[in-house]
Amino acid sequence: MKSLLIAGLLTALSINIATADTVRMGTEGAYPPYNFINDKKEVDGFERHLGDELCKRANLTCVWVVNEWDSIIPNLLAGNYDTIIAGMSITDERDKVIDFTQAYYPPAPSFYVALDGANADLKSGVIAAQTGTIQAGHVAATGATLVEFATPDETIAAVRNGEADAVLADSDYLAPIIKESGGKLVQVGEVYLGDGIGLGVRETDTALKEKMNKAITSMKQDGSLNKLLVKWFGADVKTY
Amino acid sequence: MFPVCADPSLLSGLDWFSCYLTTPKHLAFFESFGLVMLLIAVVAPVALAIGFAAAVASRSASPLLSLPGRGYIALARGVPDIVFFLFVPIALDQGFEYLRYLMICPDQPDGVWQGNNFLVCSAAKLPLSTAAPIWHSVYGFGLAVISFGLVFGAFAGNVLAGSFKAVPIAQIQTGASFGMTQSQIFRRILVPQMWVFALPGLSNLWQILIKATPLLFLLGLQDIVYWARELGSSKTSIYAYPHPDWRLYYFGFLLIFYLGLTAISEVAYKRIMARLSRGQATLAGSGKTGLRGGV
Repeated sequence: MKSLLIAGLLTALSINIATADTVRMGTEGAYPPYNFINDKKEVDGFERHLGDELCKRANLTCVWVVNEWDSIIPNLLAGNYDTIIAGMSITDERDKVIDFTQAYYPPAPSFYVALDGANADLKSGVIAAQTGTIQAGHVAATGATLVEFATPDETIAAVRNGEADAVLADSDYLAPIIKESGGKLVQVGEVYLGDGIGLGVRETDTALKEKMNKAITSMKQDGSLNKLLVKWFGADVKTY
Repeated sequence: MFPVCADPSLLSGLDWFSCYLTTPKHLAFFESFGLVMLLIAVVAPVALAIGFAAAVASRSASPLLSLPGRGYIALARGVPDIVFFLFVPIALDQGFEYLRYLMICPDQPDGVWQGNNFLVCSAAKLPLSTAAPIWHSVYGFGLAVISFGLVFGAFAGNVLAGSFKAVPIAQIQTGASFGMTQSQIFRRILVPQMWVFALPGLSNLWQILIKATPLLFLLGLQDIVYWARELGSSKTSIYAYPHPDWRLYYFGFLLIFYLGLTAISEVAYKRIMARLSRGQATLAGSGKTGLRGGV
């Protein structure tokens, strides 16, 4: 009986005959405008539109998977999905564990943002950043006190309620928040980190990496990537 | 949802709220309450069955049964829940995939462990990459049920093993003097009488199970905590319904939900206790509420 149950479990999920080339796209879904879950409960944002276009050009069927940021690399390695497309900056440290395609988003500054008039000390104050980001690594290296949070939104909440003096995050994530804070939040510093954003893939997945690289190149050449960048990040964004 | 909600930026006040609270994202939030209650409803009998089997095994005369029974109860109770929930689902998932790898593609060129990857051929993946999202959720839910069942089964096993011992020896001796066999005594005397001793312990476990359901969040399932955090976090105007940080209200709502659920459980527990105590040689079974009038 028991072995019957196990055999049943093992076969029940094989009903769908594997069609070639379904790629599961792993994203965080909490980092607007890069990726977020819209009110229709769909993955939306720059990377959703970019990813769908890349899959079309590479002739792949893509499925979107939402995964917490702090386990996004382990779950790629465990095969739960096949790419990370989640605003992940290309760094040497990550490149040791996974592979990156070429960048689809050029290197951009990170902003320090604090409450207006708070006079935040960026060198020795308390700085909030999301766990496992290049910004968190940078804060730890500057000698400031780092407080880490699981989601980007919590880092902003920490500044608003005074738990942290400032937050360090990607400028394009912070820009709309500053704009809509009604003057409460202001940019107090900037720093250049990372080599742009690329798709993360497993080191063994060279075929997928090549397909995505080719698709990104074709989007760079015909200007459609630039159009997407301007659409989601505004006219001031760096383009290719 | 409603036609008036087509352009949320034009709405205000009550209209805005009624549209906001009926977005597909909110409906998913409401559905996830069903997911949590389904989990409790499925895990409780599973854990009770595992616990019963473990308790019976642990009091067996044969060490072949009693050692695994006692070992399981001691081990699963000794490991912190959070460690257990981080470890068991991953271990189960990789275990299942490894079995399927042996069945489907044992001659995979690079083996399963490739550097830091754990990767089986795409036909052996569980669920398959091509499977509909619902299967991925069902699979995750199944792993959660097994993990919860194993943890709570151990606690239930310990409670039941204790209540087997609490049944008065005279009852068992009476059964034996009537000429009942060991298994007749077990079925007719021991099991019916032990529930009343087990119930306080089991009701504790039930409350703890309810309170432990947010651990689903750790398993990557989109449960009420996930949605409360996602919906409550502040929203810029890139979303259709921008709002400031509302996590306090969403988490407050969860607090009320859990308090309600545990309060209802407490009422149900009192009823079951009264029912099972009827005719028992205990204080509750005598119909009195205390030792009034001296002993």
